[in-house]
Amino acid sequence: MSRRISPVIPGFGLTLGYTLVYLSLLVLIPLGAMFVHAAQLSWDQIWNIVSAPRVVAALKLSFSTALCAAVLNGVIGTLLAWVLVRYTFPGRRLIDAMIDLPFALPTAVAGIALTALYAPAGLVGQFATALGFKIAYTPLGITLALTFVTLPFVVRTIQPVLADIPREVEEAAACLGAKPFQIFRHVLVPALLPAWLTGFALAFARGVGEYGSVIFIAGNMPMKTEILPLLIMVKLDQYDYHGATTIGVLMLVVSFILLLLINLLQRRIERP
Amino acid sequence: MSIRRFALAALASALIAGPTAAASTEILNVSYDPTRELYQEYNAAFNKHWTAQGKEAVTVQQSHGGSGKQARAVIDGLKADVVTLALAGDIDELNKLGKLIPADWQSRLPQSSTPYTSTIVFLVRKGNPKGIKDWGDLTKEGVEVITPNPKTSGGARWNFLAAWAWAKQTYGSDAKAQEYVKNLYQHVPVLDTGARGSTITFVNNQIGDVLLAWENEAFLALKEQGGDQFEIVAPRLSILAEPPVAVVDKNVDKKGTREVATAYLQYLYSDEGQRIAAKHFYRPRDGKVAAEFAKQFPQLKLVTIDKDFGGWKEAQPKFFNDGGVFDQIYQAQ
Repeated sequence: MSRRISPVIPGFGLTLGYTLVYLSLLVLIPLGAMFVHAAQLSWDQIWNIVSAPRVVAALKLSFSTALCAAVLNGVIGTLLAWVLVRYTFPGRRLIDAMIDLPFALPTAVAGIALTALYAPAGLVGQFATALGFKIAYTPLGITLALTFVTLPFVVRTIQPVLADIPREVEEAAACLGAKPFQIFRHVLVPALLPAWLTGFALAFARGVGEYGSVIFIAGNMPMKTEILPLLIMVKLDQYDYHGATTIGVLMLVVSFILLLLINLLQRRIERP
Repeated sequence: MSIRRFALAALASALIAGPTAAASTEILNVSYDPTRELYQEYNAAFNKHWTAQGKEAVTVQQSHGGSGKQARAVIDGLKADVVTLALAGDIDELNKLGKLIPADWQSRLPQSSTPYTSTIVFLVRKGNPKGIKDWGDLTKEGVEVITPNPKTSGGARWNFLAAWAWAKQTYGSDAKAQEYVKNLYQHVPVLDTGARGSTITFVNNQIGDVLLAWENEAFLALKEQGGDQFEIVAPRLSILAEPPVAVVDKNVDKKGTREVATAYLQYLYSDEGQRIAAKHFYRPRDGKVAAEFAKQFPQLKLVTIDKDFGGWKEAQPKFFNDGGVFDQIYQAQ
């Protein structure tokens, strides 16, 4: 006879019902409304909006800068997590708390601050000018803003996993004759990869949709530094609700496919 | 005992006073960005005028933001009693998309429902190092021009049309005018989404040699930064920027605020209303008040949206909607 352990939170039916209502009100209904709105257009009209040169240019820019930022944070975020977990040094807790600041700061404030710093006459920007390149008002500036905004994701997903790997595992590998790189490649990477991918995907998804911080540093030049969310605002300012929702749906679909791929990849890694 | 009685009395009077205070009229003025300071002062003046006639005091709530965004908020259900936006095209949408006001809204108040006007001027760095005097100087080698994106900013549309009007008068044809504006926008390194964003880019981030700005914004920047960093240059020709006002019929009828909302807008045309507008660097319509402030505003030749561009109904699709002149300028590159 199996004894049923009574759960801490009341029954399955109630919690599932609550989950569904909550998800519907917050996620499914708003997103569904977008699809319904866009569905009022014919396929030809949708194709015309989606294939316009400006939309294509913005699509490439939004996804490539978000990807760059996610990759950059994938590397630097791992390093940060490593330092914060494996070493104790004065001020560690302070730095640890600072990692979350990009989440707490209004993105517009971040955008204005970064622009002031990296503009051609700015504190850092002037050195770039002296070297003959520009940071603010170029895709580089956009990547920079996205890297800032998505910094916490990789750090925060990797930190607990890294803390859970006992030092002894590495020591055992070393005793068995593994070189530092082999330890990294065969011991640490497999353990960290699923969490790393989650952080990477979160950072990427957030970067694609980011508006507030990017809009100040982007320069917003059509065909060059115009991000997709800005094009949605442009359409709305022409009272073109259908056009705006169509671009919204486009972003949603592309993001969803990419996130799905990352999820599948994660599955394969977890079950070799 | 007496303390308790006093407390009870205080409580009772608070209960009675509470509802009456809440019942005093409240109206919402939905406006665009740079009018914040103007309406703060005007609301107090209107309240004084209104209560002096024996009417109940009125609380005016203000809401500010990009003109297009504000119009959309009202269409989507923000219960505005009056709108005071940057251009007639945005209020037209209240009729077309929202069915909130009649099509002839603009003829209901004097001067096409525009109690004050402004224009587009140049703000340059002190001493005018690049020697910018007129529109033709903006396309000289090495000059950087700051203006917001006309797709997202009402003010930027006025900038664009002013440049177009000058080029058309100087060079004679639409094709030449288009060539000029294309050349002009090649001198623009950043397209901010709104007028305030452009002012920050020019003033704080020190980018560009000249800012195309609302006259009232330019004066405000001068006042706040002190006159030692910038100066205003008035081009030979510019555009009469007309930010109109309207009562939102559907909302005031539902709330029963038509009388006070109408009076609120009408008082903008009074001597006091006109003086407050002029104090905040908007050009007054009234001849007498305009004469009082004549020294404040530079004299320049002004074209109008209705006479020279056939109104916003023609200008918006021709220049700014998808595939319009502004898009052509950038797609051809």
